[in-house]
Amino acid sequence: MIEWMKRLFGSTPSSSTAKERLRLVLMTDHLALAPEIIDNMKRDLVDVISRYVEVDREKVEVNFEREDKALAMLANIPIVSVNRPSPPPEPPAPPVEEVVATAVASAPANSGPPPQRKRRRKKPATASQSPATAT
Amino acid sequence: MHVLHETQDDAVHAGASSNAPKLGRAIVVTSGKGGVGKTTTTANLGTALAARGARVALVDADVGLRNLDIVLGLESRVKYHLLDVLEEKTTLEEALVADKHSNCLWLLAAAQTREKDEVDTEKMKQLIASLRERFDYVLIDCPAGIEMGFRNAVAGAEEAIVVCTPEVSAVRDVDRVVGLLGNRFRPQLIINRLRPQLVKKGKMLSVEDVNAILHLPLLGVIADEPEIIVTTNKGEPLALRHEGETASAYHTIAAKIAGEDLPAPTVESKEGFFDKLGSFFGGRR
Repeated sequence: MIEWMKRLFGSTPSSSTAKERLRLVLMTDHLALAPEIIDNMKRDLVDVISRYVEVDREKVEVNFEREDKALAMLANIPIVSVNRPSPPPEPPAPPVEEVVATAVASAPANSGPPPQRKRRRKKPATASQSPATAT
Repeated sequence: MHVLHETQDDAVHAGASSNAPKLGRAIVVTSGKGGVGKTTTTANLGTALAARGARVALVDADVGLRNLDIVLGLESRVKYHLLDVLEEKTTLEEALVADKHSNCLWLLAAAQTREKDEVDTEKMKQLIASLRERFDYVLIDCPAGIEMGFRNAVAGAEEAIVVCTPEVSAVRDVDRVVGLLGNRFRPQLIINRLRPQLVKKGKMLSVEDVNAILHLPLLGVIADEPEIIVTTNKGEPLALRHEGETASAYHTIAAKIAGEDLPAPTVESKEGFFDKLGSFFGGRR
């Protein structure tokens, strides 16, 4: 009751702001300190997408950006061709995707909710049906 | 990531075979950030462990910024320092300063006029190893930072206590230091200088907030206690007393370090009606 009244009268306590800022900065710190995780994730990401479209591996860029209250992963994956021979509806090698999932999840080791958003930008936009696109 | 324990050799542990005498525990007190109370914590935990009858050596590894001696009130008794021992200008026995108050506590002071990178890491390891043969506990007061001074301070240690104040900068630095220490040191957390009234008003990170980020086993919480300033002024660690919330907290933490299964001491807010009224009507920023 008191807590509810406090919320009604007051603004966000600065300790909550501190907690939120720390959570984000530590995610960024951990990512910066683990370049090999980023490299592995990048490789696996490209492997998965390559099963559906042909991408230019040399020009793949993966960046992390702080947005208002979340850390976003921005992947720029240039697509060379969408005419991939026989794209399988189900990925034949699920372990690859599991590696991607753990790499992403372990980077913000100390994070609580809300979970980080994954966002992928692609050029051109034709690859939007890719099942790897997560929101 | 470069993790320190990978560079540690096993010479220290090789001595712990079945017929060798039991070695004491070497615990480094560290934090990354300066000014969070590492030295005060080391002095008080050393005093509290010695009060339990354990033989304790305190090592000031903050070469160039010697302070543990003055916090313990031993500044006038220091004749030799850490580097004198490492460079074999004197013996360990000569350099160890007996505490004024406890007959179980000794100090090995830091060199004041030397620099941190003058310490030989291998020799530091050997020194801590020989202290472990003589004492039940060797507490190493680590300098701030993560450079050579830190590396030398943790070189001979096998456990770590990390001291963190409820501030964003201190929490971030502890996170970094714990990453550098790796798993081998089994770091345990002391949250220092907590102000329960501020926590209650939402103006300070709470114990839960800090540990939701750091995920470390909590040894205890120490209040932002004005008496600490007074006792430091006098060179008489607060843990020489046995009454009072903060002194008791140090003794409980010492008991936990010694292996007693106790709950981590916390700090309760002692706010009155008017504080509650004030926090009720906002005033939070």
